[in-house]
Order: sequence, then structure tokens, then C-alpha cells
Amino acid sequence: MSISDKIIELQAAAEAAMAKASTTAALEDVRVEFLGRKAELPNLLRGVAELPPQERGAVGKAANEARKSLERQLDQKAGQLAVAELDTRLEQDRVDVTLPADPLPAIGRLHLITQTRREIEDVFIGLGYAIADGPEVETVYYNFDALNHDATHPARAWTDTFYISDDVLLRTHTSPMQVRSMELQKPPIYVIVPGRVYRRDSDITHTPQFHQIEGLAVDEGITLTDLKGTLLTFARAIFGPEREIRLRPHFFPFTEPSVEVDVSCFNCHNGVLDNGDRCGLCKGTAWIEILGSGMVDPNVLLHVKDNGYDPETVQGFAFGMGIERIAMLKHGVTDLRLFYDNDIRFLEQFA
Amino acid sequence: MRVPIEWLYDYVEPHMDAFTLAQRLALTGTEVERVEHHGIVSADNFVVGQVLQREKHPDADRLNVCMVDIGGSAPTQIVCGAPNVAAGLKVAVAKPGAVMPDGTKLRKAKLRGMESEGMILSERELQISDEHNGIMSLPQELVPGTPLDEVLNVSTDVLVLEITPNRPDCLGIYGVAREVAATTGAQLKAAPWEQDPGTFGDLNGIEITLEAGHELCQRFTARIFDDVKLGESPLWMKARLMAAGQRPISNVVDITNYVMLLTGHPMHAFDYERIAGARLNVRRAHADEPVETLDGQTRKLDEQMLLIEDADGPTSIAGVMGGARSEVALTTTTVVSEAATWNGPNIHRTSLKLALRSEASSRYEKQLQPEQALWAQAVATKLYIEVCGASVRPGTLDLGGPGPGAQTIRLRDSRIEGLLGVAIPRDRTRRHLETIGFVTADAADGLDVSVPDFRRADITREADLIEEVARLDGVENLPATLPASRHAVGALTARQHQRRRAVDALVAQGLHEIVGWSFTGPEMAQKLRLTDAGRPVSLANPMSSEQSLLRTTLLGSLLDVAQRNRARGAETIRLFEAGAIYKPRQANDPDADGRPQEPHHLAALLSGPARPANWRDQNPPQVDFFAAKGALSGLFSALGVEWQLSSESQAFLHPGRSAAVRVNGEQVGWVGEIHPNVAAEWELSQTVAAFEINLDAVAVKSATIYKDFASFPDLREDLAVVVSDAVSAEQIVALVKSAGSPLLAGAEVFDVYRDAQRLGDGNVSIAVRLTYRAADRTLTDSEVAAQRQRIINALEQQLDGKIRAGE
Repeated sequence: MSISDKIIELQAAAEAAMAKASTTAALEDVRVEFLGRKAELPNLLRGVAELPPQERGAVGKAANEARKSLERQLDQKAGQLAVAELDTRLEQDRVDVTLPADPLPAIGRLHLITQTRREIEDVFIGLGYAIADGPEVETVYYNFDALNHDATHPARAWTDTFYISDDVLLRTHTSPMQVRSMELQKPPIYVIVPGRVYRRDSDITHTPQFHQIEGLAVDEGITLTDLKGTLLTFARAIFGPEREIRLRPHFFPFTEPSVEVDVSCFNCHNGVLDNGDRCGLCKGTAWIEILGSGMVDPNVLLHVKDNGYDPETVQGFAFGMGIERIAMLKHGVTDLRLFYDNDIRFLEQFA
Repeated sequence: MRVPIEWLYDYVEPHMDAFTLAQRLALTGTEVERVEHHGIVSADNFVVGQVLQREKHPDADRLNVCMVDIGGSAPTQIVCGAPNVAAGLKVAVAKPGAVMPDGTKLRKAKLRGMESEGMILSERELQISDEHNGIMSLPQELVPGTPLDEVLNVSTDVLVLEITPNRPDCLGIYGVAREVAATTGAQLKAAPWEQDPGTFGDLNGIEITLEAGHELCQRFTARIFDDVKLGESPLWMKARLMAAGQRPISNVVDITNYVMLLTGHPMHAFDYERIAGARLNVRRAHADEPVETLDGQTRKLDEQMLLIEDADGPTSIAGVMGGARSEVALTTTTVVSEAATWNGPNIHRTSLKLALRSEASSRYEKQLQPEQALWAQAVATKLYIEVCGASVRPGTLDLGGPGPGAQTIRLRDSRIEGLLGVAIPRDRTRRHLETIGFVTADAADGLDVSVPDFRRADITREADLIEEVARLDGVENLPATLPASRHAVGALTARQHQRRRAVDALVAQGLHEIVGWSFTGPEMAQKLRLTDAGRPVSLANPMSSEQSLLRTTLLGSLLDVAQRNRARGAETIRLFEAGAIYKPRQANDPDADGRPQEPHHLAALLSGPARPANWRDQNPPQVDFFAAKGALSGLFSALGVEWQLSSESQAFLHPGRSAAVRVNGEQVGWVGEIHPNVAAEWELSQTVAAFEINLDAVAVKSATIYKDFASFPDLREDLAVVVSDAVSAEQIVALVKSAGSPLLAGAEVFDVYRDAQRLGDGNVSIAVRLTYRAADRTLTDSEVAAQRQRIINALEQQLDGKIRAGE
């Protein structure tokens, strides 16, 4: 058989083997068999030098063309097989996409009291207030005397207030920080005081421990209308931009004049629900009491007169609100005791 | 304070319904708790009747069949069970259709076969008194058929007011009428005490001395009434007392109550015949001196308390409660009427100490004014004459007399505007003040205002007057402004930022914040084995033993909450709390003023699966020590704080799985698994891991300064060393880091392996991943090899370690 015939035969055999190869691996075997180091076709090419000179050109050319043709066909087939094989593999990787997702990374929650407290703190930081912390175990002086409470004020009674001794008690409000703050800082002062307070009371609407935020602003020329504007800003920030507030005269020993503050009900229109029922939140009055406040009584300032608080030159306002009450109103919590029960199903609700 | 509108209208007629009136009062400073109704709701079908004929019911012994004239053309037949029903009586009749005060609607009925077209009423059925033994008898002059509400106050709304402690003048109907007039513009009628049938000057027949002095009894007044006919009060008075919340007793006692409710000033009536020696003395009690009070109890007084005595000894506790011995009785014909001005704080103390509060003491303790005593005497005098047919003896005993003259306060126009933020025209200011009894005179810069005696205690300063003007002018209409300050700067302090960052770091790790009680009980220390923790702060008047102390750790509330949630089915428990604990100060602490220290603590508790179970991860591991350590690590990482553990444990922790937490060498807390026996006290059977630190002891990190990081590549390799079990991972890492300096940038334990056969008993293999880096060049293999050799040498020489081959 001539060399040329041999080339033709090898090429045909290679093409036949190639056609039979159905996987990338089988195709690779074909490549090794026909074009590898030990295969015949490359050997023919290497043996061209030994041929008579007149045959070298034609044989060399034919062998080279056969090799190139085979390589091209092998590459083409390899490409086809790779695509088919990937398709098969992806098909085998199929999952049931309706199975549950991986669990979320655990995210905890701040307690609703803390969330509400921060929300209020941030409103007042924006209004230029610092935040002060004060002692929860207080002296009678700061809790009552310096706040102008009569010797007979009912809150002083041992039935109403927790005492450690005759002179030391658990603060009944955050107000003792009024005089403490003014002792530490000369006017002007703009400060809020969040914290735990205690009263000797335990029923459906009272817990012996709860949280308040006190506010105090003393400066030159602070007025009752400033108090109203400040609390209106607060009420709108917490309860929504549509809110109005209403001041009602009241009595507190340490403010004069004293006012209670109502916010317009955000649950109804003028005390009536959309379905015509009386609103349970504001009890049909269209207003909800949210806090007590007033202009700081001159007698309170007199306790810190030496630190620059002369009631003839500076004046101011103070307010105090219950954090739980604000949170209950805003989030529709109906039972105060939930705050201290700490059921995880309660805690995790408030994002 | 209950104010029957019907009674109020004697003194002011605002012509508005009770709810509108309540609203007006609320907006001018008188808190209205609620509006109630007393008596019948609708007057329809209630009429005056006259019993024409009464016969025994043929089939019922206790029933009578009456023919009653109720104004119709023919008598009406009514079956009545009352024993006192009799022909000729004028009675109150409810006709079919009438709605009774309890809401039931009356219908025609057959009683044992006899038709009954209505009901003859008792006093109780009309809420005039508690009397229900018989029917109510009306005055004879009434005409049958007259609507009942035209002749008797059987129906009224009642304002239930909360009178603030600064306004004792509003503890009477007339005081409230004054407020109503001021807030509605209605005319206030003359005060009921303006016409006084009594006279002044010496009073014969009784001697009264004030041994206690005027400090405790500013004024003591008395009058004597003869020919008193003791009996029932008239219906109108009973109805008013009931509506105001006082049960009628007898006309004399009812008069003292009626006067108190109207004027705000309590009174007392003595039976003259029963005052031994016809003399009274007011003195301080002796220690433990017994007095038998009206309620039949004997109470022991102390030396601060005042009593009134006669020749035979104590008869009453002054200002708090009368005595049993001189009480008026059916035989009483002469009454000594007392109205005195007691010292408010003293009465308050007595009433608290004796746990004895009365309508009288609750008024006296708010400090009434001496002038009010004579208001009471004047009204009482009129009533004793009208109601009891009495005659008043000439003269009034008066020890102490009226209070000091009226104080005049300058009220500057500018100050009103300065405090309120809006100007109020002077005329309007004047009008507001005059409607509530102040007298004003013009001054250059405002008004000179004289304070009426009944506001003497409350109004002493310009600011007090401004409050009066503000509330009557209507604070609900004030504009809203903001302070014009250029000084206000709002910001969190560094410490406050730290506290927020700390809790946020725990929330980010999936922990829920709880808020526990500051209170705890003695059993907590036992359960936690805190035997040597020192004495906690204890309350003098706790509500219960479980709440008698202040907590010294946050762990107790976390365990309580964990137990509760576990009992309710929660598997995964990841909780923390931030807040104060309370540590008594040492006696030699210079800041000791009886208050404890209140360091701000942060504690966390973990129990249950370390991560949520899932279809691909059905049995995730349970949390253990390393979960708590991980949470703590996340916390300190967020705070940018370097920290270490040391081997100290706590009695309530697993001795082999716990450590002290140190920052800058100082112990700031602990971390560990709760001792299984302690956890069992809270019925927690799974591993509970926790930590608690004193955040105040962790310094606030100052601003982070930027450090250049290398742009040359890291070189990483692993190194495993076999050491004795006694060597800690931290020791190895510390040694590797120091020996690896300066090229070693990081060393991280990534595998811990024990195998007694291959490694030897009591040995452990710890594999560390090493990261080398230089800031200024790419490291060469030979540089790193040299550094590695130094590390190996250190491990071999200092920790007796053996490097495992082939790593």
C-alpha cells in the first residue's frame, strides 16, 4: 500500500472513530490514538525525510493536511460534546426550589421600652438637648423637698413610695435630676433624663417599676408657648405629622403654671371610628393625655440660685412622660405587664 | 369630690349640659374624672300620689291593695308590700313605663291575682337614702299628679372631680360654683354664709380652752343650739347627701356633713348634755393615750396628736374623728357646734399614723383657712333653725380669730407676657382675677392684686397669679413657638454612644433585649449561691418578700425570663439586659449619703440550639461556653476594646467552663456555662451559657487612628504543635505571636485534635494558621522559613511542644 493510500486509510479510520466517540473522554482517546506521540500519522510525517526526494513533497503535504483536518474535526466535536455534557450536568443539579430557604442570620430586638426611649431621645437631641442619667436610689431632698413638695404631699407616704431609710428612697419620677442637673451646669440648660422610676403600686394599669423621660429647659426668656412648641414637635415626631396638642391647666408642686398635655387621637376622627363606633383609645374625647409639664416653679430655681439660676433672670419649662405609656399608645399594647413579662413572642414583634 | 349639678345650680346656673360643663372645667384646671347620674334617669311616669284607701290583699298576708289618687279621673289600684302604707299618706308613685334608677322598666303587674298599676316608692328606690323598711312619705301640701321631679330633687347629674391639693377651697360645692362661674361666664350667686342668723360676742354655757396653742389650732369656734329636735333630715337634704356620696344618719349629723360638702369646712356636733363639766380643752395627747372614736374602736395616740377632752377625759381626736362619748343621740336637745382650723401637716400625720382617714381629715390636712370656720357656723346655724327647729344661743365662742390680712402682690403685665409668651390685655387679666375672688387695683406696670383669704396658702407669688390668669384665659389657645436659644447643643456623650453600640452589637448577634425588675428577694442569692456577696440594698417597705431587695446581678432576671419562656415552649433562648445593679457603699466612702453605687451592667444568656434547625441542618449543636464567649467577643469587637480571660470562676458557674473577663488587667465580669445545679433551680436542663460585665468599668474607646495596610501579598501556612493538655490555646497563640514578630501578622487556632494512641495520653494537637506580611516588600520563602523556625524553637523550648510533621 502506498503511503498516500495509508494516509487516506488512517484519516478514514480516525473519522470513523471520531464519529463513534460520544463523550469528551472517548474523543480524547481518539485524539491520542490517531494524533498522539505513538500514533501512525505523526510517525508518517516524521518518516518523510527518509522518502525519495520526488515523493517527499506530495506525501508530506497530504499527511499534514490529513492531520490538520483531523485536529479541526476533533476540536469541533469536542466543543459539541462539552455543551451537551454541561447541559446534562446542570439538569442533574436540579433542586426543588420550593424547599425552605436557609435560615436568616439571627437578628435580635431592642426591648420596646428601649426602642421608644431612643426614638424620644433622638427627637430631643435634634432639638438641642443633652441626655443625663441620674441615680435611681435618691434622697428625699432631690425627690421631694427641692421639688417644692409640701410636707404632707401624698406621694411622700410610705404607702406610695419605696423607702430605703427615712432620707433615702427609690425615685418616684425622673424629676430629681432637675435640681441635680442644674447644680452641675450653669444656665442655659437643655437636658432630658430617661430612666427607671418606682412607685408602690401594682395592678392592671400600674407596675411598681416603670420608665420616664424628664425634660428641662432653663434659659433667658423661655415661655409657656415655647413649651407648647417643643411638645408639639415631639408629639408630631412620635405620633405623626398630623397631630395637634392641647394644654390643660393642672397642678404639680414643681411647676407654675402647670399643664397636662393631650395629643389629638390618631385612631379616630373626633372620637368616632370609621365604622361609627366610639373610639376606645381616646374614649370618644378625641384627645389622649400623654404627659405633665409646666414652667419651672421659682422655688425650684431658688435651690440652685447660687449656680446662676435666679428666677428673676432665667426661667424655663419641665416635662415628664411615661415611656411605657407612649409605647402602649403608639404600638397598641393593651397590657402594661407585657413589658415586664419579656415573652419572646412579644419581644420579637417590634422591629 | 362629688358635685351634684342640681345642688351646684343653687349658686351658679351655667345653662349647659354636664358634659360640656365638665369639658370647660377640665380646660381651666379642674380635673373631671367622670360624669355620673344619680337618681332616676327620666322623670316621666314618676308622680305624687295620695293613698285614698288601703285594704289587706285577700291572698297575701304582707301585701296591701291601695287605691291611689295620682291625678287621674279615677283612683289607680296599686299593690304595695310596705308595712307603713296608710290611707291619707302622700307618696311617690312610679307608673307603668317608669324607668327605675337600676334601669328596670316598670310594667303593669298582677300580684297574687290583684292588678297593680304601678309602685309606691321607698327612699332607697329613688336613691334618696338607704331606707327600705317602708314607703317614703311626702309633705301633705303636695298635689296628687304633680310630676315628682318638680317637688323633689330625685334626678341629677354628678360631676366627679379630682381636686388638686393646692385647691382646698374647691372641696365644697360653693368653691366649685366659683370656678364654674369663672369658666362659663355665668353669674355667681351670693355665698350661702352671707346671711348668718347667729350673733357674735360672748357665748354662755360652755368653757373652752386651747392648751395646745394656736400653732396647732389656729382658730376654734363654737355655737350652741337649744330645742334641737333630733330626727330624720328632710328629703331634699337626704337626696343631696346621697348624690354627694354621704349616707344620711340624723338631721344633726346630716347638717354637719351638708355644711362640709357645701362650704368645704368640716364641723362637729357635740351633745351639750354629754360634755362633762360643760368644758372642752384642746391639748396634745399623752403617749399611748387611748380614745374611743365614733366607729367604736379605741385608738392609742402619741404626743404629736391633738385631742379634745372634757372634764371626764378625751372625747375626740381633733380634726380626724369624733368620740363615742359625746356623740349626739336620740335624747339630744342641745348641740354644741364646733368649727375649728387645725394645722394641716399635723392632721395629715395623725391620720397617716392612725391609718384613719375621714372626709374631715382629708380636708383639714390640706390646710383650711380660719375664715372658713365661720362660713361653716353661719350655714349650720341657718340649718339648725330650719331643719331641727332649734334656736341659736346668742354669741359665738371664737378663739384665735381670722387669719392675717390680705396679701397684695404686684402682677406685672410684662411678666405675664414674659412667662406665657403672649401678652394679655390688663383688663382681661383683671376680669379673670376678679371672677375668682381677687381684688385688683391699677399700678404703673400692672395690677396690685389682693389675695382672698380662701386662697391665702396657694397664692403667694407673682408666678401663682400668672397661673390663675393663664388657666382662665385658656392655655389651649396658646400659639406654639420654640426656644430662641443659640446655646442648645444636642448630642450623646461618648459613654452614651458606647452603651448604644454595646446593645446594638448584641442585637446584631440575634439576642433579644429584656427589661427585668430592679427588685429581687433573699432567695435569689441562695439560688445563685451568692453567699459571700455582701448585704444588698434592702427596702424598708417592700410590697413583698420577693421584691424586698435591689438586685446585685442581672443574671437573676435573665434566668427568670429564660425559665418562663422555656416553660412556654421556646427552644432558642438568646437574651440580654442592660441596666443598673445596686451595690451598697462602704461606710467610709466619701460619697456615702445612704445611696448605693449603681454601675451600668450588661448581661446575656443563651440556651438551646446555636442556630435554627433547617431541612439541611436538622440537628444544629446546642450552645455552650463558646457561644457566650462569641457574643462577648462580638460585643468587645464593636466597642473596639482589647480583652482577655483569666481563670477565676464564680460559684454559680461550671467550674471547668467559665472564666473572668478582664479589660486592661482589671476584672470587669465573667463568662461561662451556668452550673447545672444552679440552672436546675430555674428548671433549665439544657446548657445555659451567659456573661455579665460592668460596662462602666470598660473605658470608652477614643477615636481610631488609621493604620496603613500593606499592599504586598500575605504568605500563609499552617503549623500544628502537640502539647500537654495543661497548655492553653491562648498561651500558644501568644507565644507564636511574640516569636513570630515582626513578620507574623496573624495566628489563628483552626483545629484541636486529641488521640491518645497517636499523640500520647494527656496531649493535644493544636493547629495554628499563620499569616506573614511585610509592609514594604514581598516576602521571600527563606525569610518566612527563618521566622517559622524561630516560632518552632519557641514552642519546643518554652511549651515543650512537638511540631507535627507533614503539616
